[in-house]
Amino acid sequence: MSRLDGSDLVNGPSSRSRAGEALLDVRDLKVTFRRSGGIGRRASRVPAVQGVSFQLRAGETLGIAGESGSGKSTIARTLMGINQASAGSMRLNGENVGALRGRRLAEYRRTMQMIFQDPYDSLDPRMKVGETLLEAISLRTTKPTDPKRAVEGILDQVGLSRSFIERRPRELSGGQRQRVSIARALCVDPRLILCDEAVSALDVSVRAQVLNLLKDLQEELGLAYLFISHDLSTLRFMADHVGIMYLGRLVEIGTRDEIFENPQHPYTRALLSAVPEPIVRDRSTRLPRVRLTGEPPSAANPPSGCSFHPRCPMAQEVCRTVAPPLRATTSGQDAACHFADPVLVPEPARIGADA
Amino acid sequence: MSEALPPVIGQGVDLAATDDDRPMRAREVLRSLRRDPAAFVSLIVLLLIALIAVLAPLITPHDPLQTYNDIGLGPQGQPLPPGTPGFLLGTDALGRDVLSRLISGTQVSLVIGIVANGLATIVGVTVGVIAGYFGGIVEAVLMRITDVVISFPILLLCTALIAVTTRSTTNVIIVIALIYWTTLARIIRGMVISLKHREFVVATRTLGVGHLRIMWKHIIPHLLPAIIVYATLGVASSILIESALSFLGIGVPIPQASWGQMISDGSTYFQIAPWMLFIPGICLIVTVMAFNLVGDWLSEMLDSAAPMAR
Amino acid sequence: MFWWLARRLGQMALVLFGVVSLAFLLVYAVPADPAATLAGPNASAETIASIRAQLGLDAPLWEQYLGFIGRLLSGDLGTSYVLRETSVFERIVSALPTTVLVAIGGLVWQIILGVPAGIYAAYRRGGWVDRTVTFVSLIGLSAPSFWLGLLLIYYFAFSWGLFPLNGLGDPIIWYLVLPTFTLGSGGGAWYARMTRTNMIETLDSPFVRMARAKGMPERTILWRHCFRHVAIPLVTMIGLDFGYFLGGVVIVETVFGLNGIGRLAFDAISNLDTPMIVGTVLFSALFIVVVNFIVDLLYSVIDPRVRLQRA
Repeated sequence: MSRLDGSDLVNGPSSRSRAGEALLDVRDLKVTFRRSGGIGRRASRVPAVQGVSFQLRAGETLGIAGESGSGKSTIARTLMGINQASAGSMRLNGENVGALRGRRLAEYRRTMQMIFQDPYDSLDPRMKVGETLLEAISLRTTKPTDPKRAVEGILDQVGLSRSFIERRPRELSGGQRQRVSIARALCVDPRLILCDEAVSALDVSVRAQVLNLLKDLQEELGLAYLFISHDLSTLRFMADHVGIMYLGRLVEIGTRDEIFENPQHPYTRALLSAVPEPIVRDRSTRLPRVRLTGEPPSAANPPSGCSFHPRCPMAQEVCRTVAPPLRATTSGQDAACHFADPVLVPEPARIGADA
Repeated sequence: MSEALPPVIGQGVDLAATDDDRPMRAREVLRSLRRDPAAFVSLIVLLLIALIAVLAPLITPHDPLQTYNDIGLGPQGQPLPPGTPGFLLGTDALGRDVLSRLISGTQVSLVIGIVANGLATIVGVTVGVIAGYFGGIVEAVLMRITDVVISFPILLLCTALIAVTTRSTTNVIIVIALIYWTTLARIIRGMVISLKHREFVVATRTLGVGHLRIMWKHIIPHLLPAIIVYATLGVASSILIESALSFLGIGVPIPQASWGQMISDGSTYFQIAPWMLFIPGICLIVTVMAFNLVGDWLSEMLDSAAPMAR
Repeated sequence: MFWWLARRLGQMALVLFGVVSLAFLLVYAVPADPAATLAGPNASAETIASIRAQLGLDAPLWEQYLGFIGRLLSGDLGTSYVLRETSVFERIVSALPTTVLVAIGGLVWQIILGVPAGIYAAYRRGGWVDRTVTFVSLIGLSAPSFWLGLLLIYYFAFSWGLFPLNGLGDPIIWYLVLPTFTLGSGGGAWYARMTRTNMIETLDSPFVRMARAKGMPERTILWRHCFRHVAIPLVTMIGLDFGYFLGGVVIVETVFGLNGIGRLAFDAISNLDTPMIVGTVLFSALFIVVVNFIVDLLYSVIDPRVRLQRA
């Protein structure tokens, strides 16, 4: 993702770029789920993702954080083609992904792979590890001359011994299974890997190992990651840039340091203040604990204006009526808040705290 | 018919992910058998029946089609009861040896039951997998076709089809298969729908693996336990359906012996020769029961390997 | 809601259309000639030809088909080939009461035989009740219904004269006992097993154990928690069976000499009486489809978890 330089400050839309350099370029992505009516139920629309834009450059990691229902997983799944985008564009290497079909779509799929959250269900329980990996390897456009050697090589890369080829998923621990998933993704030689809560289901100690593995692989292979997690400390470790999602929108996006050291959006501040371990370098800049009041909102029925206003400690009248755009702030990142620029922050007035 | 067509209970089986999805080991199979004596006995019974069916032409004491007008009938031309020397289970109204016909009928029932069921399984599974996996219009069309077949009164379908063609064993097999495949198709479709949302299927799809390979290597292997169970129970159903068809006069062509046919003959003579009615009926019951018991046992055994909620 | 209804009705119409067309085509494909069958073995060629003309059988297939569909849509099912002057519709309607009575009776037996036995067997799992129920239901499943019917006739009607041999007379209930019992025995066995399995599952479930731990009386537990879980698949089955029975159960009708729709259809096929065949097929299919629809409706009301459409 490109960096902000003085020229595109203030009110421009957030999609600044150095044109052509982004590996992944997402603009105004919208995903709406529709449920058709039935007995005693009307049709409903759930706008899971409402106009999200970001970019990802090769070799970098973009972290996306948010609560459940914020739409972060939906973004990943839409990118992978599991869901259909309702609007907006997704470009990989300049190629519009939504328009791809058939063989081009298959090729595209190989450029971008995904690691799923559930280590237990993301591997076919009836296939041995070796079989799973061989199946993946066979998908390469240039088939390896010796698939078995190639599989062994990949297992080495993820830190698993060759004996794992004969094992079945049920014999493996969660961390090992995720390594196999990573190996499977590597088999098709991707440039970008989407990690959808890839370590959230693992024990904390194992988490560190897998995260380190991912980082090593990134260095070795120049991979880009879109790392989705609700855990900010993980993102602190992994990400170069971080985006915060709330109810289908990006409410803040910037470099890791910008976000963690100087969060502009009240939601980001609340999230950061809730992280149990110290993530800022010195205590003097430590954020006061912000408690959010009110109910977590329903995605099907988002609040008017700024969707965060019912729970925001700083909400004002304007927040209820006008949705703030995502725009640049003086501290560097983009934030979607009427009062993001530190100069304008008023005394916290608790309006609309109980929607 | 109140024959045992396995009903579609709700959405069928639920293939929840477990740590225990794995192929069975021979040792576990034997252990499971020991715990279920009824199934064990049934298995043996089935093996015996299969043996009889295979060896049928060799072990019949008499020719099942031969009418013994002289020695096979009593002084007033009535059938001889069981225990008559030379005719272990008596004779029927035409003086034919019941035992021989019984043995010959075993072949008919078993062959028809297994082949018809096999056919039904193949068609049903194929339709179910394709419909469930692809969804959308493919599913809609396939399911409507299935609905049409289901709504068509079964026996009428059989009768009509057999009237359309001629009575022959092959036609009976085809007709039975045509009845039964719909049940399986519905069940399998339900299972496939829940399977295709499982993470590993989604993951494999995102890898770019082709549809056919996914269906063949990832979905069907998970369906196998259920398929085996339903196939076993299906043989029981098929046998019963065949007997019903024979009873109604649209089964295998006479004079080929079939248990259903024998029961039909027996119904006219039950006043003077009740054994004509009883004996083939009991054979049917025993055979079908054995299949049902084995099917139940398989279902429980495979259930503990890969738990399915029913 | 409206769209769902419209879509469902559309599906039903499609299915019915398919069934009827299939029936028509099937009969048309029969190598035998209805006219020849009607005319008898010694009829001359002219007689046969004139019969064919009378019945409109000399028109090409598509013309017959279209004419047939047209008449169908205006509610005319035609007249039987075999029984001249008899409207197919009237004939079917006259056979309907018998079928309905038998169907209802069969269902009643199925429920009475199956459900209490299944519940009780599950409740006292492993006991002698359980084992008896399991064994008996296994036999009920495995025995061909016609055989059972014949046995019943032999003993109850013939030997012991408790029930009439066949047909329907007065008091009608008496005549219905054996046939409906025969019809219901197989299904009853199924219900017993299914109920037992579902009941066991529920009784083992965490929330029942919780209710017990809270000291809830057994009765309440049985009624409030378990029954619902058991009732849902049961209702589905009952509905499906009812629809199916209404289509006519040929076997029971044959064994007991009842003139229901099943027997009507069977004879029609044997006689290649096309309008009658199609009429009976239409009726049975109609019943099955409508009852399925009602079951789906009920299902979604009883079990709100059911999704009628995929998201």
